[in-house]
Amino acid sequence: MIERRPLLNVFSHVVLILGVLVVAFPLYLTFVASTQTSEAIVQTPMPMLPGSHLIENYTAAWNGTGGGSGAKAPVGRMMMVSLISALIISIGKIAISLLSAFAIVYFRFPFRMFFFWAIFVTLMLPVEVRIGPTYKVVSDLGMLNSYAGLTVPLIASATATFLFRQFFLTVPEELVEAARMDGAGPMRFFKDILVPLSKTSIAALFVIQFIYGWNQYLWPLLVTTNEDMYPVVIGIKRMISGGDSDMQWNVVMATAVLAMLPPAIVVMLMQKWFVKGLVDTEK
Amino acid sequence: MASITLRNVVKRYGAGKTVNKVIHDISANITDGEFVVIVGPSGCGKSTLLRMVAGLEEISEGEISIGPRVVNNLEPAERDIAMVFQNYALYPHMSVFDNMAYGLKIAKVPMGEIKTRVDKAAKILEIGSFLTRKPRELSGGQRQRVAMGRAIVRQPQVFLFDEPLSNLDAKLRAQTRLEIQKLHRELGITSLFVTHDQVEAMTLAQRMIVMNAGRMEQFDTPENVYNHPASAFVASFIGSPPMNLLKKGPNAAHGGPPDAILGIRPEHLTLGTDGWPVQVETVELLGAERLVHARLGDELLTIRTDEATPAPPVAGIAHVLPHPGRLHWFDASTGRRLDVT
Repeated sequence: MIERRPLLNVFSHVVLILGVLVVAFPLYLTFVASTQTSEAIVQTPMPMLPGSHLIENYTAAWNGTGGGSGAKAPVGRMMMVSLISALIISIGKIAISLLSAFAIVYFRFPFRMFFFWAIFVTLMLPVEVRIGPTYKVVSDLGMLNSYAGLTVPLIASATATFLFRQFFLTVPEELVEAARMDGAGPMRFFKDILVPLSKTSIAALFVIQFIYGWNQYLWPLLVTTNEDMYPVVIGIKRMISGGDSDMQWNVVMATAVLAMLPPAIVVMLMQKWFVKGLVDTEK
Repeated sequence: MASITLRNVVKRYGAGKTVNKVIHDISANITDGEFVVIVGPSGCGKSTLLRMVAGLEEISEGEISIGPRVVNNLEPAERDIAMVFQNYALYPHMSVFDNMAYGLKIAKVPMGEIKTRVDKAAKILEIGSFLTRKPRELSGGQRQRVAMGRAIVRQPQVFLFDEPLSNLDAKLRAQTRLEIQKLHRELGITSLFVTHDQVEAMTLAQRMIVMNAGRMEQFDTPENVYNHPASAFVASFIGSPPMNLLKKGPNAAHGGPPDAILGIRPEHLTLGTDGWPVQVETVELLGAERLVHARLGDELLTIRTDEATPAPPVAGIAHVLPHPGRLHWFDASTGRRLDVT
């Protein structure tokens, strides 16, 4: 729908600019705070222009040497934990969903529809709902404070399975038959034809799941008690010790800015693929 | 090279009360190197029959052999066949070369040999200049050639074609038809070709199988199918415009059995001064020929004349004369051909 009405143009720009301001202002504030001293931040009003302490705040955050009464885990280590968990979660989700969708679409086995619906129903059981029993299982298996504990309970994904199932259903039957005539067995067909065809969907899912994994808060809060295994999101929480006593808000804000960078980089690098995966089927 | 033998082949879908028989007891013997076309209206089971030969559909009863081997329980890849699909079914993410080479790679043919075979096929089909392109960058006709190339490089015993021309425009279709003929002459590989288009069937076939409702109506050369249709169905299906079939024709005057259906092709009727009196309804000029639609009694009759013959007046009475020896008789209840001497 393309309309050429100047007034409508102005109006839509105003709405968009307001939206950007609302979203961008907190980010800007975080950035400004991360460049000030902690004394400057607690003044009223808080300075609205970047200060001169950028480098020292970020170094303090990165090395975990920022003062304050909260936890002082180095951000470098925490970002590593976050990165590894987010990668395991997103790659694991994609691998498992691809395989289960493949099984459901291309194989005739007893109770096929039962399994499909069973997977589908788990959509109604996100981590938050089953958090008690899941915690019990994970702690009984001794997976607290480990990457396995951080990631395995989050890997099963009905959404991704469903998305791949829908995509596989659009792959023409004749392509499957052509592969059979060419002598490709099921796994060969999966590897050589289905996965390459799904690569745009895989890219889109990777972006979504990476951010999902990176932003996990509640679950890591339960299963990590050791500073070495804090993801960065938990790290930020632990730095805020409660009470206003001697809070190094500048370091906390620097950590927050650092924590925002990897998902932003993933989105920017994969943007083209992401959009393609959502709107376009290459067939 | 191999022959194909179908022995009492039956295909059923479903089980128990809902069983649906789509292929009824078909037996045929296709000799080595022959080009056979299976033709019939949509839903007659022609594609199902082809897919049973290909191994994409199970055989409910009977036996299919390719060469000396019974292939009932063999996977498609083990049957030593190649198939060209209606939508070509090219792998969209692979280049033309990889599309053609994929089957050979799986069969672990050495890379040098793959290259030689693909290059040779590409040369025959004149697709050598876009071996590195992806299927989506090709036109319909080019994709069609790649699909054929993929079949050729396998060097199979049998080619199977499932309506490969139906997605092409009319001009390209005629041209590709000629190329398929040429290809068959050069390679001499036994071919089964499914189509619903009778022109394709008539021009390509050495022998053709005419199917209707899961049954084989006739298996013969195009000449015989045209000149001696085995049933009223074949008579009306092959030929355009179709053969006139008169239930209450002037049988006695031409020595036909009294209750038989009289069949006469529109081109075997001549307008004249004596003969059957007909009431002219409409006249169509198609360029080189003219179709006269008329009524004999209460049955419709189509007459084909050349454009030089003056058109009879519409709504007037004209007389038509059938060419001697061109009348066909069919049993009124079974539709089978009756041979009258």
